[in-house]
This record gives sequence, C-alpha cells and structure tokens, in this order.
Amino acid sequence: MRAVITVVGKDCVGILAEISQACKRYNINIVEVSQTVLQDMFCMIMMCDISTISIKFSDFSEQMSLVGKKMNISVHVMHEDIFNSMHRI
Amino acid sequence: MLNTGDILETIKMIQDENLDIRTVTMGISLLECIDSDIDKACSKIYDKIVRLAGNLVNVCNDIEKELGIPIINKRISVTPIAMLAAACPNDNPVKFALVLEKAANAVGVNFIGGYSALVQKGFSAGDEALINSIPEALSLTEHVCSSVNIGSTKAGINMDAVAKMGQVIKKTAELTADKNCIGAAKLVVFCNAPEDNPFMAGAFHGPGEPDCVINVGVSGPGVVRAALASSKDLNISEVAELIKRTAFKITRVGQLVAKKASEMLSVPFGIVDLSLAPTPAVGDSVAHILEEMGLESCGACGTTAALALLNDAVKKGGTMASSHVGGLSGAFIPVTEDAGMIAAARCGALSIEKLEAMTAVCSVGLDMINIPGDTPWETISGIIADEAAIGMVNSKTTAVRVIPAIGKKVGEELSFGGLLGAGPVMPVNNFSNKNFILRGGRIPAPLQSLKN
Repeated sequence: MRAVITVVGKDCVGILAEISQACKRYNINIVEVSQTVLQDMFCMIMMCDISTISIKFSDFSEQMSLVGKKMNISVHVMHEDIFNSMHRI
Repeated sequence: MLNTGDILETIKMIQDENLDIRTVTMGISLLECIDSDIDKACSKIYDKIVRLAGNLVNVCNDIEKELGIPIINKRISVTPIAMLAAACPNDNPVKFALVLEKAANAVGVNFIGGYSALVQKGFSAGDEALINSIPEALSLTEHVCSSVNIGSTKAGINMDAVAKMGQVIKKTAELTADKNCIGAAKLVVFCNAPEDNPFMAGAFHGPGEPDCVINVGVSGPGVVRAALASSKDLNISEVAELIKRTAFKITRVGQLVAKKASEMLSVPFGIVDLSLAPTPAVGDSVAHILEEMGLESCGACGTTAALALLNDAVKKGGTMASSHVGGLSGAFIPVTEDAGMIAAARCGALSIEKLEAMTAVCSVGLDMINIPGDTPWETISGIIADEAAIGMVNSKTTAVRVIPAIGKKVGEELSFGGLLGAGPVMPVNNFSNKNFILRGGRIPAPLQSLKN
C-alpha cells in the first residue's frame, strides 16, 4: 500500500525535514521523491509505503495538513488507489 | 507505475476544477417496518435507519481524507413511505416524515429521500393520503425529500395524479413561502423514476432493491469544461472523444469510492450514477460546458444538439469505468443550481420551452425552475404532463421540480442558498389548459411499451 504526498508552497528552510520527520513519526517509509523549486515555489511529490503505518491513514492525512498549515504550505496526502483507478485500466 | 503528470492532473481536477463525489447515498428498505400501529412503525424505522446508517457519515469522512477527494453529500433513501402508510389508513402520514427527519438528524446526513408514492397506473392504499400530506410534511421538516412517480413507458400517464401534483406543488410552496418556498425544491414529480437514484430530491429505495445498498453519484462539470477549454481547435468528433475520456476518469473515482464505502460499511455496492451534477459555484456548471463548445449562451440555437452530444459522451465514457451503472446517469440541467444556467435565464437566452426540449436529450427534466407565484395549479399540472409525455414516449426518466415563487413576479429573484442556489422567476405560457387537466383519467401506454 502506497500513498502520494504532494507539497506546494513558498520555499523556506525545513520543508523536507518537517515532512520526512512526520513520516518517520508514523513509521512511513519514503520510497521516491521528485522535487523542484520554480522561482521560489517549492513543489514536491513523495511516494511513500504506508503498509507499516502506525496510525489510521485518515488521521495521518489530517496530521500532514496540520504540518502544512504550520509552515504555510499546502500538503496533501492521497492514497495511491485514486491515481491507479483514474489513470490505469 | 504512476507518473508525475497523472498525479498532477488528478490534483488539479480536485483543487482547481471542483471534481468531487456529489453523493454517497445509502438505500435502506423499510418493508420490514410496516405495522398497522403507526407509532410502532415509526420506532422500527428510526431504529433501522440509525442501526444501518449510524456510521455512514464517519466512513465517508474517512474516505474523503484517504483519497483526498471531497464527498459533498451523505444521504439516505428509503422505501416509498406510501407503502408503509398503506398499513395505517387512519393515521396522518406526516408522522413518518417527522421520524425520517429525526433519524436524519441522528445520523447527520444532508438529506433523506423516500417520502414518495408510485402511482403511474393508479392510487393504491396509502398513496392518496401520502400525496395529500406532502405539503405539510415538507413544511415541517428540513431534510426530508419527496417524490411521486406519475407515469411510465409501461403504464402511461396517470392524469388524475398529474392534476393532484399541480395542486400539491403549489400548496407546498405556499406553506413554505416564509422560507423562500423551499418546500417545492424538495419535491419532484417523475415519469419512469429509477429505483436506485442517489440524487435528491428524487431518491427513493425501490421495492426491487436489496435490504441495504450503497449508491454513488459523481460530479465534475468543471473538469469537462477545463478539458474543452484547453483544446479549443477540436472538431465535434474530437470533442466527443475528449468528453468520453474525461467522463471515464471521473467515473473511476466514483467506482473507487463506492467500492471503499461498501467494504467499510459491509453493505453491498449498488450503482454509480454517471451524472454531471452542477453547483452554483463558479467553474462547476453544465451550461458553461455547452458554451465552451461554442455557444454564446446556453439556450442559443444548437444548445439541444450540444447537450445531446455531452450526455451521450458522458454515458459512453462512464459505462466502461464502472461495474454497475444506474440511477439517472447523464447531464443535469437544474437552473438555480448552475451558474451558467442562472446567467442564461437572467439575460433571457434560456426559456422554459427551450429547457423542455433539452430534457428530451439529457438526464432528467425541468429542474429547479422558479415560476411566478400566481401560476395556476392547472398550468403546473400541464408542465408535468408535457414533461412526463417526453419521458413516456422516449423510454427515459423525466421529472419536474418547479418552485412557484409565492408573491413574486417574472424577473424577480428567489434564493435558497447552498447547493440549491438562486435564480430569476421565469415566464410561463399563460394560456389556459384547465379543461384538459380537469378531464382526469389515464394516457394509455405508448406503442413503445409493447416490447415483449
């Protein structure tokens, strides 16, 4: 089971650190990261393995949006099912 | 393997183009709650709804967070209440509406539908009492929705019921005149009503359905419009292809949500309703899709053709994306719930007559149309009869949900707020049809019904 974390917002110190620390806190393994900074906008897509997650996935999703709010960036966590359903037959 | 483009496309659809799941509707059979003692029946109804749907809202909220897609409405549809009212002929059926309201509040759903009667061929026990009680029931409740099926391709049109519903709609608006006539917005008159429709106000749980079932209605007019907007030089065949592809993606999300909800609630999955359901929000309009195809305003000549293309392409794309398709499935054209339709009605580009033509090629019927408050009930019955005739002859669902704006005239505005929106009062043909409606009787089923 995997999830996609997307992060968009004004670049600042510690975005990657905050997100990856939150993943570690809930025992989530980061599998793949794609990240760019366009002008000063930080954009990141992270693929994570959530098979060993230590809390309910919906709670994790809520926690991550709180992390985003704290740093004034937008963080979305979505189960990979939605992408697979939409883009794969 | 997922690629960045796919991920970003999905996120853009949800965040910028208003892609959402319009409704997860749990259908609950109340047949086992029938009792000749209305109080006992009501208590069984309450218990059953709370037992089965107690977790519906929480499960939907969890799915919302897991998939990152909003689920706008959580609803319940129940067995047509006329079937329960039949067992207690001496009691006022409004008691059933009150218990449905109480149960809806207890489980936290947005609407509960099924204060309904199926009278396409005639009235059986309970039907007339229920229909007569609709104005009171809708004025005393907030979440209860009502529908009456007055015709079908197989049975013809029950003109006695057509006459009655004209009066019921008017009275419902009058009783809720202090709340912008909202009662009439929760009442729909059908021809060929589907038994598994998840959309309000017409949802009810048909007698042929299982004990409990999950039906899902998808949305996404904004996504279709955005796809068309980014491909301006396509010819019409290519436009149809593009809509099909987009509808496929939208419906796949509906199928996924339906599957997850059904597993989490341990309730069988019924259908996905492949509908394009607009909201008054900017960028969530079916009319704007038609305008994106090249019309100056919805209602211009060519609107019916554009809508036919849209409706067909949505169904073709959606059918392959879901294992079971049902409900209304098609593009909705509710006037007050669609920013583009509201604008077209305000500037005079869109008339009720044009909307009637459009209903021959799209999902439902004359939906959320404000008409002058002094419109005679016979005229409302005439509107219902015309719309039902289109449905009967074309073997499709048609419906009428008009709101007589009590005390208001053509051009004035009536606002309901929320998803029900707001819109101008539209002119209605004022020539009399009184003698036609007063004849009563039944329009025989058309030749199209003899398929065996």
